[in-house]
Amino acid sequence: MAGPLKTVELNLPASREALAELEIGTVVYLNGRLFTAREGVYKRAIEDGAGMPAANVDLGTANFHCSPAAVIEPDGRFNVGAVTATASFRFAKWLDGWFKLSGCNIIIGKGGMTSEIYRDVFVPHGAIYLTTVGYGTGALLGRGIKDVPGVYWKDELGLAQAVWVLDVERFGPFIVESDLAGNSLFERENAKIAPGLARLYEGTRPATLRRYGETDDKTDEVI
Amino acid sequence: MIPLASLQSTAEALMAKAAIEIPDDYLAGLRRCADTEKGDLSAFVIQAMLENYEAAKEDRRAMCGDTGVPRWYVKYGNEARVEGGPVGLEAALRRATARATTGVPLRPNRVHPLWRTDHNNNVGINAPEIEYAFHPEGDWVDLTTVHKGGLFGSDYRMLFPGDGLEGIRRFFLDTLIGFGKRGLACQPAIVGIGLGGSKDACMVLGKQASCLRTVGSRNPDPKIAAMEEEFRELGNSIGMGAMGFMGSSMVVDCHIEVGYCHTGGMPMSVHMFCLSSRRATARIFPDGRAEFRTDPDWFTAYSRRDTVEWGETPLLAAAQ
Repeated sequence: MAGPLKTVELNLPASREALAELEIGTVVYLNGRLFTAREGVYKRAIEDGAGMPAANVDLGTANFHCSPAAVIEPDGRFNVGAVTATASFRFAKWLDGWFKLSGCNIIIGKGGMTSEIYRDVFVPHGAIYLTTVGYGTGALLGRGIKDVPGVYWKDELGLAQAVWVLDVERFGPFIVESDLAGNSLFERENAKIAPGLARLYEGTRPATLRRYGETDDKTDEVI
Repeated sequence: MIPLASLQSTAEALMAKAAIEIPDDYLAGLRRCADTEKGDLSAFVIQAMLENYEAAKEDRRAMCGDTGVPRWYVKYGNEARVEGGPVGLEAALRRATARATTGVPLRPNRVHPLWRTDHNNNVGINAPEIEYAFHPEGDWVDLTTVHKGGLFGSDYRMLFPGDGLEGIRRFFLDTLIGFGKRGLACQPAIVGIGLGGSKDACMVLGKQASCLRTVGSRNPDPKIAAMEEEFRELGNSIGMGAMGFMGSSMVVDCHIEVGYCHTGGMPMSVHMFCLSSRRATARIFPDGRAEFRTDPDWFTAYSRRDTVEWGETPLLAAAQ
């Protein structure tokens, strides 16, 4: 078995100094307040000009790309079962506007984005990317949620796309995918795996019927 | 006559079991991955998932926050009669899906593709999907629910006989590498391959191969069974593990199902059933009794028959 990974607990909202200590590949558990937001929220807040649904102090500054498996009970209580992230690369186009509007410095999601996006958009805003683990450790993350202080835009966007504010304790695990310098753990791992790919394909040739946009460069990504 | 109330209450129990309890066969397969994984990040991910399954069972909460798109597979024994008929059964499955969405709770994932309308109950136009099969004997109905994630890890391609086994191997690798990077496919996965059939049947066979066969099961054709093992090893030799980190844990098992196809073609589909391989099955009898299990037992000698008539083989052998 492999050795243990470096593990830290991070309090939210996170200071720049605290974020500066995080290296890619570090395991992180979170304490404090964060909120969910994905394409529905980005479109409404940025493109439709609605702005943020609440103040920073009410939402936190860590944005989770997530829809919880949750229900609002008839008496108004929130029942959150499991939470896991949704793939983040689809949301890259909104992020520059989002960082300006929201003041977030942590994005939590699935699969990360490209290092180009990290350098161009994350680094100037002093933001890092944490990836969920698995995916996903929905039940472990559900355990870490201690309170749901609010749900915004549920009527406008539906339960899955609404903004869920979550107060959490030892919420995780996550892994640092991008640090303040814009490095990407996934791209580092891809680069390590790439040299072995050619031998897998030895003796094969491209399919008789090609497809538009197809590449034979297996070091490319699909995102 | 199988009572409708038993069908609905069993269906609701199945929805919760699928969402919360990882099937034993997948769990054993993942533990084998954990035993051999050398990559530190990939090993950490698998260990976290093993802990996650325990947390889900202890807390009775869904193992993954993306609870997939719940769907149903229904198998009728040839003598089965259901109260309210097939329409009654479909109503019971739609009700169970909606009730479990708030009861477990599950994420209300199902929306209209264009208007994004969400009924918050995983029910809508053509949702949940209900597929049917029949068995030559039996007065029971088997219900299986599968909650598979919906976005990554599946692909289809029209290959030709001239592409040969190497073409199959290449498309298999393309799909695993493409969707394996960053762990988009949520591997290690049960990889299902559909070969042949019409285009739609090819997709259906591959999906059923990934979702409705248990880890360790083998296709009855020995040459196809050997391909299943070869492809499992091939996938695990890519150098990629959980979340696309360096490692050896891509494929918990590989299942191949075939259907006769157009003489000019060799269509192929690939599907990956993820770290939350959610399926649960129950057999419901006319007295309302339900027997729960994790093996859907979907593919049988009868379902794979290649002759015009059924009956040369004794019925008991078909039931196996």
